[in-house]
Amino acid sequence: MKKFIIAAALVFAGFATANAQKVKGSDTVLPLSQKEAEEYMAANPAATVTVTGGGSGVGISALMEGTTDIAQASRRIKFSERQKMQASGDKVVEKIIAYDALAIVVHPSNKVTNLTREQLEGIFTGKITNWKEVGGADLKIVPYSRETSSGTYEFFKESVLKNRNYMNGIMSMPATGAIIQSISQTPGGIGYVGLAYLNDDVKSIHVSYDGGQHYTEPSVENAKNGSYPIVRPLYYYYMAHSEKLVKPFIDYIMSTEGQQTVKEIGFIPVSE
Amino acid sequence: MKKIRKILERFVEGILTVSGAITTITILLIVVFLFREGLGLFNSPSVEKGYNLCVNASNPVLHLSSVDIMEIFDYEATNWKEFGGADEEIVPFRFEEIFDRYPEEEMGENYELLPVRLGEAIASTPGIIAFVPQEYTPEGMDGVKVLLNDKITPSDFFGGKQWIPTATPAPQFGTLPLILGTLLVSFVAILIALPLGLGVAIYMSELASNRMRSFLKPTIELLAGIPSVVYGFFGLVVLVPLIQKVFNLPVGETAFAGSIVLAIMALPTIITVAEDAMRNTPRAMREASLALGATHWQTIYRVIIPYAGSGISAAVVLGIGRAIGETMAVLMVTGNAAVMPHSLFEPVRTIPATIAAELGEAPAGGPHYQALFMLGCVLFIITMIISVTAEAISKRESNKGL
Repeated sequence: MKKFIIAAALVFAGFATANAQKVKGSDTVLPLSQKEAEEYMAANPAATVTVTGGGSGVGISALMEGTTDIAQASRRIKFSERQKMQASGDKVVEKIIAYDALAIVVHPSNKVTNLTREQLEGIFTGKITNWKEVGGADLKIVPYSRETSSGTYEFFKESVLKNRNYMNGIMSMPATGAIIQSISQTPGGIGYVGLAYLNDDVKSIHVSYDGGQHYTEPSVENAKNGSYPIVRPLYYYYMAHSEKLVKPFIDYIMSTEGQQTVKEIGFIPVSE
Repeated sequence: MKKIRKILERFVEGILTVSGAITTITILLIVVFLFREGLGLFNSPSVEKGYNLCVNASNPVLHLSSVDIMEIFDYEATNWKEFGGADEEIVPFRFEEIFDRYPEEEMGENYELLPVRLGEAIASTPGIIAFVPQEYTPEGMDGVKVLLNDKITPSDFFGGKQWIPTATPAPQFGTLPLILGTLLVSFVAILIALPLGLGVAIYMSELASNRMRSFLKPTIELLAGIPSVVYGFFGLVVLVPLIQKVFNLPVGETAFAGSIVLAIMALPTIITVAEDAMRNTPRAMREASLALGATHWQTIYRVIIPYAGSGISAAVVLGIGRAIGETMAVLMVTGNAAVMPHSLFEPVRTIPATIAAELGEAPAGGPHYQALFMLGCVLFIITMIISVTAEAISKRESNKGL
């Protein structure tokens, strides 16, 4: 009997310290979290990290309900969400694990290379409708956006549109891959994708946030040295009381090895 | 021995009754759940939940519609004159901007001074309209007036022409473009699929040789087993560029692309059901017709098609059902732009695609979530109307036919 109790206690203790944690949220951060989790588990066989997607908002509401330990998000937590969490008497902790740059892409045959933020705002809010207004051919502009469920959609609205709404009836695609596919076959198309998704099927636009004085090409170097303007942080959120549980994994991501993985996935490492 | 068998029979009967009852109850519960979640929408305020809009007390405007609010915060409307106020420029003020005006230290430890600061900001700017959380609303302070909050009305929902569910501060839940988009895409799909499907069904049941039929039938049934995302991908990569080139359009993602993909997807259902109905025509009826001197073709369209009428209308209904409810393929090829459909060659957004694309992110219980459930109810009602009509038609036809 005694032996049994000891065994049971050991098993129980084993579960408690097995370091099982769940990460949930943004699909943008998903490939990074997955890769980091794989490598972390390879280095620490005792630990288990389960990573699932669903969208930034899904992750944050799961954190609120306590069904996940870490929420991954490609946008900052909203004021109302933070308020709701703090109403439960616990603090939510924010950690930036990497940066992501958004590239503006057009069809490869498009002559336009440079656009200012104001021009982009005009295009995506429907004020500018023809490429000739921004120095291109006489061709209708077809803007593509992500679906409203994506953190990328929110970030683009905040950073480029300055919180104005997208034009009524913008084309919205369910995934980044679909945006690339559609733009590569639509001569007048324009859209935005994460830097990691850039390929030869589409052409990236040089962007200026200072009214056309300096245009910068989207690249990891330019994003890192701060000259490319459309850069967003990627976040991990966790509740202060579970800090002990999640700390080792987050520390791993912030380590040199972890940040190396960030670079491999195509994001920009957090420069210390 | 006999007794045991009797007990066993009773037992099986019981199980069958119970499973029938459970299915019915489950369906009823799903419907009740759908409507309960959806109807909550009409109790939600038209401004984002938990927030208020405040203006300067000197402003005579008492009330703004949700479209007005959106125009103001998009800087489309810039003067209070347009809303019956004074000739004063509108200054939209989002809550976060307070942190640009005052340093964090002046807000107090737990933001208890925030309402005071907001009040100061509102009172000092005559043209301001501020979007602030309820708990920080400077209610009752001098120089501050809180605007009345409307509720979302059914006419906003069914008659509105703008679907911008994430617009802050006033989300737009106009579903007219979505409902019309769904109906347009499905209607054209059936228009394409019905003649084709009926043709194939007649060929297979009456004209094809046995060998041909034994090859065609499994092939067509195989079509029904292909996952819809595969059709969607085929549409996106093959159909969309083709349509764009052939019709010389700025975009290939159009209602027409969606209709073609849906037509292809509805074909197997229409063909199999219609063909089964035709083959079920009793041999005696065919032979009687032929014996009266009717040709093969006369027999087909005077005897077999009228006899199979109810089966054919069932095929149409199942086809429409498949088309209206289809999500993934349409999501990939129609461009999902929530505009009022003017032509077949423009992007549209359908109800199922909207629900699928947005439900993941809509905060549970919020107006956006409820609006999506309400859309589910609309879809449910549309399909119900279609099946009831078809039922009525097939009943009338079978009475006339026999």
